[in-house]
Amino acid sequence: MNKLILPELGEGITKAMIAGWHKNPGEAVKRDEDMVEVATDKAIFNIASPCDGVVNELRFKEGQEVQIGEVLAFIK
Amino acid sequence: MIDYADAYQVQMECVKQVTKDETQKLIFCEHPAVLTLGRLAVDQHIFATADELNKLGVAVHRIDRGGEVTLHAPGQLVIYPILNLNTWKKDLHAYLHSLEEVAIDLLKEFDIVAERNSGKTGVWVQHKKIVSIGVGVKKWISYHGLAINVNTDLKLFSLIRPCGLDVSMTSMKEILGRDINLKDIKKHLIKIFSKQFNLHIDE
Repeated sequence: MNKLILPELGEGITKAMIAGWHKNPGEAVKRDEDMVEVATDKAIFNIASPCDGVVNELRFKEGQEVQIGEVLAFIK
Repeated sequence: MIDYADAYQVQMECVKQVTKDETQKLIFCEHPAVLTLGRLAVDQHIFATADELNKLGVAVHRIDRGGEVTLHAPGQLVIYPILNLNTWKKDLHAYLHSLEEVAIDLLKEFDIVAERNSGKTGVWVQHKKIVSIGVGVKKWISYHGLAINVNTDLKLFSLIRPCGLDVSMTSMKEILGRDINLKDIKKHLIKIFSKQFNLHIDE
């Protein structure tokens, strides 16, 4: 199982908010395809899938805050 | 003058190009009057009815991202920097901060003293917002950017609660009491961007 992780977004940024998922569980995803948008202040950051696969689980809902380094989703 | 949706397509095309290590870009444009609603926008932030908006010729555009209600209109200079932050700094807050710095430096050229408002992104003159900032980043390539109210018809802002905040908006025209040529602003901005981001810019 591959992990989609919230990466470092900059100095002093410890968390971000899930602004929107592009994929649902069960959907196929390609490597480098956008999976999720996260927001911090007035910046939206797109996180792409690290691999080809099928989305297994989305661990957070839109609007939830997530810490840097946390696993956002699992991809099979 | 370009429609918001068309400009968005152009930006996405430029993001792809810059991702392939091509030249970074600064896009300058104006949009016909349009309200953009992010995913977090709620209808209460629009004070006008669909009919009223229609009569005023204001389009409404839902966008697939965060952020709330934003207004673009003629006389507002919109700048979309498509920059490779991999080669600058991979830091979203530093990038927002630098865009604020660019706007503050621009206004200084016109003897307008502008400042940040702690905790709120954007640039302000005496508690009125003059520049709105919102960015998107894909693989550390930036899109979206700044909207500078140069000669914007400020009455249009009464249609919305901008960014969900209770703020009043101002423009360079309101402060200086005259219309400003957008081409002059563009010239200044090219210089300021070159300095701020250490770029060599060809027009």
